[in-house]
Amino acid sequence: MIKAILVFNNHGKPRLSKFYHYFSEDMQQQIVKETFQLVSKRDDNVCNFLEGGSLIGGSDYKLIYRHYATLYFVFCVDSSESELGILDLIQVFVETLDKCFENVCELDLIFHVDKVHYILNELVMGGMVLETNMTEILTRIDDQNKMEKQEAGIIAAPARAVSAVKNMNIPQQIKDMKLPDLPQAIKDLKF
Amino acid sequence: MALKKVKGNFERMFDKNLTDLVRGIRNNKENEAKYISQCMEDIKQELRQDNLSVKSNAIAKLTYLQMLGYDISWAGFNIIEVMSSNKFTLKRIGYLAASQSFHCDSELLMLTTNMIRKELNSQNQYEAGLALTSLSCYISTDLARDLSNDILTLLNSTKPYIRKKAVLMMYKVFLKYPDALRPAFPRLKDKLEDPDPGVQSAAVNVVCELARKNPKNYLSLAPVFFKLMTTSTNNWMLIKIIKLFGALTPLEPRLGKKLIEPLTNLIHSTSAMSLLYECINTVIAVLISISSGMPNHAASIQLCVQKLRILIEDSDQNLKYLGLLAMSKILKTHPKSVQAHKDLILQCLEDKDESIRLRALDLLYGMVSKKNLMEIVKKLMVHMDRAEGTLYRDELLSKIILICSQNNYQFITNFEWYVTVLVELAQMEFGSKQGHVIAAQLMDVSIRVQAIRSFAVSEMAQLLDVYSSSNQFSIMQDVLYAAGWLCGEFSSELKNLEHTLKAMLQYKKLPQHIEAVFIHNILKLFARLLERYELEHKYDEIIEYCDLIDSKLSESVKSAELEVQERSSTTLIIVKIVKEAILERKQDRNEKIMDDDSFDDEKKEDATLAAELLSLFAGELNPVAPRAQKKVPVPDGLDLDAWIHEPLEESESDSDNIYDDHLFIKPDKTEYKTEKHVELTEEELQKSREARKLEQMNNPHYLKGAASKKFDYENVDNIPIAELDIPIKLVTAGQKRSDKYLTIDKKKKKRKKAKKSRKSGSSSDEVEQTVGLPLMVNKNMELPEGATLSDTESIHDNLDDPHRALDIDLETVPTHEKVDKKKPSKKKKEKKKVEKHHGSHEVVNLLETGGKKVKKAKKDKKEKLNKPGYEEAVGISTPSKEFQ
Repeated sequence: MIKAILVFNNHGKPRLSKFYHYFSEDMQQQIVKETFQLVSKRDDNVCNFLEGGSLIGGSDYKLIYRHYATLYFVFCVDSSESELGILDLIQVFVETLDKCFENVCELDLIFHVDKVHYILNELVMGGMVLETNMTEILTRIDDQNKMEKQEAGIIAAPARAVSAVKNMNIPQQIKDMKLPDLPQAIKDLKF
Repeated sequence: MALKKVKGNFERMFDKNLTDLVRGIRNNKENEAKYISQCMEDIKQELRQDNLSVKSNAIAKLTYLQMLGYDISWAGFNIIEVMSSNKFTLKRIGYLAASQSFHCDSELLMLTTNMIRKELNSQNQYEAGLALTSLSCYISTDLARDLSNDILTLLNSTKPYIRKKAVLMMYKVFLKYPDALRPAFPRLKDKLEDPDPGVQSAAVNVVCELARKNPKNYLSLAPVFFKLMTTSTNNWMLIKIIKLFGALTPLEPRLGKKLIEPLTNLIHSTSAMSLLYECINTVIAVLISISSGMPNHAASIQLCVQKLRILIEDSDQNLKYLGLLAMSKILKTHPKSVQAHKDLILQCLEDKDESIRLRALDLLYGMVSKKNLMEIVKKLMVHMDRAEGTLYRDELLSKIILICSQNNYQFITNFEWYVTVLVELAQMEFGSKQGHVIAAQLMDVSIRVQAIRSFAVSEMAQLLDVYSSSNQFSIMQDVLYAAGWLCGEFSSELKNLEHTLKAMLQYKKLPQHIEAVFIHNILKLFARLLERYELEHKYDEIIEYCDLIDSKLSESVKSAELEVQERSSTTLIIVKIVKEAILERKQDRNEKIMDDDSFDDEKKEDATLAAELLSLFAGELNPVAPRAQKKVPVPDGLDLDAWIHEPLEESESDSDNIYDDHLFIKPDKTEYKTEKHVELTEEELQKSREARKLEQMNNPHYLKGAASKKFDYENVDNIPIAELDIPIKLVTAGQKRSDKYLTIDKKKKKRKKAKKSRKSGSSSDEVEQTVGLPLMVNKNMELPEGATLSDTESIHDNLDDPHRALDIDLETVPTHEKVDKKKPSKKKKEKKKVEKHHGSHEVVNLLETGGKKVKKAKKDKKEKLNKPGYEEAVGISTPSKEFQ
């Protein structure tokens, strides 16, 4: 079973948190903070498994993580999951994100947490691995996106127009450019 | 109507959406909290509007804020509103918010039952899927009970997407509502052979989770899994199956034998490391369970160890880590095959990766021997110096102690070395919480190895010295506990009593349990000192120490801790009495010195005071066996279950009675209590009586006259006076002294080689003497008479296994499942084997009456379901077309 999935950046800012066990909001924050401290102090060339972390802990649990550019993807799993299997799963997750967002970067996750959640929900359900086949996952995501688009139709058009105008907020774009993801900022313009 | 809609949309254009919120937060980094509270107000406004899309926008923002740590449970009702929308886009937002913020105790969940049921039966597979995904995060017992039938129906859906999700969902239902497992199991089993690989994999996943907690109920599925394992190519599923077999084999050795071959084939053939690793793991589990009697048994072990060596040598740190992890499993049963790779494991201790070092540490205890213990410990000590992070340090420390102390200090050839190591560990500067472990070791070694006592005590005295003389803390406080206690208890071994006493008297602020020990042992030391000074008639010195103690302890009397208060006031009063008596004697003596004749007489009288005080602490302390308390036999005529007090008659209803039974039978604590009471009446009472007498004697109100007379008869010669000769030079603490022993050891070895024939004989060398201390470890543990140590109890100690509850719940399943499986009789050979072994009387009985029982159970369930209070499950009678 997977107990929790966390995504945070190099500064420990949460980008996605999914808990399959109940924790109060305060506790969740504490877990994110502690996990970040544990994970961030490790070099990139050490192994991707980590024991301990008292909050999420228990001897049966392990942290399995991967570090991509500015983001950490951390899974907390118990012994019924295969360690290397979960590492593959993280890879599948990230590749799926990459396909869905076209060259995913941190900004995508920042502005589209909901979408990331929907993608994750096609991989993992209630702490159990649902699907590992990427084509299957992508089909399901596409299907659902189509449904949303159909519904949106004309009704949402004005709202979209407004948000497009909002997106043209130039000073904001410059602010965004502080991030390492320059091409992404440009991509945002298109919305 | 249309106008209203347009208007709503128009207004909505100017609401902040999620992107605006995120952007806003990023723009307001300085006063984020303020900005968010402002947004919260906006959100509350939006939630008050009728337009569902406005609400969903607000909920989407709330979901984001939840991730940042804001409690959004107050919006639960609004979330449900959004969930109930008939637009997929909005619904999705609602269900996502629900899965993030609801939990199984949320009261609002009862509002969702019908809505979710409707969704589950939706024509659109994604709507049903959405509901399932969301529900899996917060399903409650009520929801599980009410919806289990709907979900069960979904198992037969035509859409694999739904089947897959429903299968996984069933596991969550079982967890919350174990009764569902029985009727659902046959269908779940069918799903193992579903045409869709995704569904199959999900079913394997669920059975694996179930079997992990209660494997014996799923032994009968072994043939199905065996077939899957030999035919499937889906690595993900294979891993799960192989993991499952790892859980099953301990229960059925024959299964293990059958598995070895295909698994070894897989090990040879697969290119996927994850699969390879799991195969090795399961082979290890198999080998552990059969342990002997296999022809190619040794070969399999060899294969595993070899493959693991390849993993460990790999440059990929992950494989290295896992290799070590698996090695530790082999170590338990086949230590020899692992020991062959000692070089590799010791090498891993030097790895830059902490996780890998930790794993290597785990293996270390199997690697030590008398020969290399010192060297390994030295290495670990070097690591201690370098290590950052308390986790790794603590682990190192406990491993050092573990490898040294294992099997009654089996591998230690030189206890002085060990004590030195412990002292050095205690002086390492870090905020470790392991101080008490070191303290316990120091005390254990000193108590059980008599020969080391004088050395240990001198080391402790030095520790106290360092502690009192230096300002900042360089010693773990808990070790002071051991230091204080050892110096006091074995004060006869102390070289420089005065110095140690003074050092102890300089204690600063200490945790109360340590302060109490200090105070108590100061008294012991004082008693010892008194003994010596009395003999020499140094009354002035005694009085000086009395004053010293008095001035120090008068502070401790004011301590907030009762224990400290009590100890210090007791000590104070004793010291006061001694002082009075000494003053008296001093006068006497001064008078008597004038009159030389009565000198002999007086000598006798002198000794008594110290002897009296020392008698307070007389008696040897022996180590107590770990479970001695439990072994205390129940005295004859004592009925532990009998009431001490008849319980008060209370107006209780019948249902309460059941509860009461449990209350008084289950917890062991009540038993202990009664035991203690009885013990008090038997001999403890005698002791306490004596203690009280003593106290009375020492109490100023009882003192006059009687006490001193009583002790006149005692003879000076009876007092044991220990000779103090410690051959070791005192070295200033804080150096690496333990290394010395290593070199000594090496020298010794060389010398031994040189002159093989003579062992000790002519060695006037001091080195030889110190090393060659008699190494008797007192292995006797105190136990109550007639009791023996056995390991049987330890098994039951593991009560806090998180899955115990589920184990019990599933207990009823196997009967049904096995019976059910009998009829189709799919696998002949395998199954028979399984049943032969595990088909105990229980199964046989059930074969006869099983059918009926099952029916009954089903009936019961139906009745339950039909009870008023629930709504009739719509899904049961009229499932939608989609699923048929």
